[in-house]
Amino acid sequence: MARVILEGLRKTYPNGFKAIHGVDVTIEEGEFLVLVGPSGCGKSTLLRMIAGLESITEGQLRIGDRVVNNLEPSERDIAMVFQNYALYPHMSVYKNMAYGLKIMGLPKSEIEERVKKAAAILELTDEQLTRKPRQLSGGQRQRVAMGRAIVREPSVFLFDEPLSNLDAKLRVQMRLEIKSLQANLGITSIYVTHDQVEAMTLGQRLMVLNAGNVEQLGTPIELYQKPASLFVAGFIGSPAMNFAEAKIDETGENITISGQAALPLGNGGMPEYSNKNVILGVRPEHLELVADDPDAVPMTVAMVEQLGADTLVHGHFGESRSNLTVRLDGIRNVKSGEVLAIRVTPDHLHIFDPDSERRLEGN
Amino acid sequence: MLKNVHFGPSVLPFLLVLPQIVVTLVFFIWPASQALYQSVLIEDPFGLKTEFVWFKNFEELFQDPLYWSSFEITVVFSFLVAFLSMSFALLLALFADRVIKGTGVYRTLLIWPYAVAPVTAGALWVFMFNPTLGVVSYALSALGYDWNHQLSGSEAMALVVMASAWKQVAYNFLFFLAGLQSIPRSLIEAAAIDGAGPGRRTIDIILPLLSPTTFFLLVINIVYAFFETFGVIHAVTAGGPAGATNTLVYKVFNDGFVGLDLGGSAAQSVILMIIVIGLTVAQFKYIEKKVAY
Repeated sequence: MARVILEGLRKTYPNGFKAIHGVDVTIEEGEFLVLVGPSGCGKSTLLRMIAGLESITEGQLRIGDRVVNNLEPSERDIAMVFQNYALYPHMSVYKNMAYGLKIMGLPKSEIEERVKKAAAILELTDEQLTRKPRQLSGGQRQRVAMGRAIVREPSVFLFDEPLSNLDAKLRVQMRLEIKSLQANLGITSIYVTHDQVEAMTLGQRLMVLNAGNVEQLGTPIELYQKPASLFVAGFIGSPAMNFAEAKIDETGENITISGQAALPLGNGGMPEYSNKNVILGVRPEHLELVADDPDAVPMTVAMVEQLGADTLVHGHFGESRSNLTVRLDGIRNVKSGEVLAIRVTPDHLHIFDPDSERRLEGN
Repeated sequence: MLKNVHFGPSVLPFLLVLPQIVVTLVFFIWPASQALYQSVLIEDPFGLKTEFVWFKNFEELFQDPLYWSSFEITVVFSFLVAFLSMSFALLLALFADRVIKGTGVYRTLLIWPYAVAPVTAGALWVFMFNPTLGVVSYALSALGYDWNHQLSGSEAMALVVMASAWKQVAYNFLFFLAGLQSIPRSLIEAAAIDGAGPGRRTIDIILPLLSPTTFFLLVINIVYAFFETFGVIHAVTAGGPAGATNTLVYKVFNDGFVGLDLGGSAAQSVILMIIVIGLTVAQFKYIEKKVAY
């Protein structure tokens, strides 16, 4: 177990491409941090820099008490699980797990003890230990890859999209297993994914990356409730947040969408931003149908998706073209072309500056 | 209603495979059957009459100590050529895989020898090692070694092995490089995290994963050394000195076209044919099974 400290970490490739623009974070002992972002955002590069598979252009990386910038991957006291598992195809499962220990120079008896222990944790049978990786299913290979990481007893686990090669059902199962495994072993973990559901469920903290910049760092709930930027707001949550161009009125107490509906901001409004053009964000699950409410806005239904547990209604605000998605509980009888009265509570409004794309907060 | 009255639907496919059939018939089936036929004949020195002798040519061949020594020479020669060209090509491919700048130039230069005709390659090496004029033999004599492949059988063997291996390195290099590049990078990275240095990674991970390529190349190289080194040997040593580099394929030519023992020469080609069929069967049969990991 160790703390991992990233100080001003930057990566510039020889061709001048800047992949990482300075990342500062302290990952506490035993913490589970998830790096999340769309493909090409630099999350894998950052993980590989921590692993020692990519050089660090600038900044300092500490694992435990040591600065490890210039150490070989094997000297950093880490273990990594790869997206394609990277199991050695010509070695048995046992040998795959034992390979690193053999190189460490551990005695045979200890290697066997550690491999057996890891196999027990991961519920791999003795018979499976003798097989070659290609004779295993995707989920079993995933376990072996984790076993290979566990036997090293590292200070830090690194996961590079380990579940993306599995089918949806197995992914949910392995997600839970990884989470409980990490909680039981208490080893500091850094996990890269592009899947925001995986990120939300696994991480104690999430770091959202976009084009090599840290957009936001926080707990899953912080990111959900107070996304710091338009990017985070659109990335976290499914279905994605609704956005509309809006304007705060002179008093700063109300907000108008496309010059039509006016919504109260509540909580004393945002007088410092009066008359400002903004972008308003509302999550689909924070919109509700109301029968008779003076603050309700009209919504024209274009399409309905019935999911059983809930109903997704797609349409637009009144006569405007701003798209809007509403998530309603259970099965609702809504038809396209219908006009619904929609209400949102002021607590669930997210307001962003259209230029900086950062979140605006009232006092 | 798409029936073509003038051009029956069954003619076109035959036309399309015709060139291949003609090529096979003219350049393989006909000469091969001629060899088979000739191998059971003995012709008189003036070509006036031929006698059908069943397997007498083969009997004589197997009783001829020169034939067995040629067999031995071929085995040694093939092993040396395959080993030398493959190990050198593997080394170059391992280096090339790590080259970051100028990859294209480096690879192109390494592939060039393959474009050199065997006789030309042989001539190059003969010039370099010519006992009186060659640069290499001059350098060797400066070191106190008196090189003369025209007198020493083992030096002659070394020279044809080097010339033949040099020509084949390019081919092996291409296959090894392709094999190396098909190994997923993450495997190498996983081994690096497991603590294996470059040398250890090569032995534990890369070489085992290259084994299908290696086996394929082994068969190809043996076939090459058996049959395609005629030009090199002809230009460098002409089978000499005293038959020290008289491989089976060179002996076929020498006995048939120089010694004019057409029957015996045909019998030798039949044996070579059987060997190459055996090698090909081995390749097809085992390449998938034995070496897959």
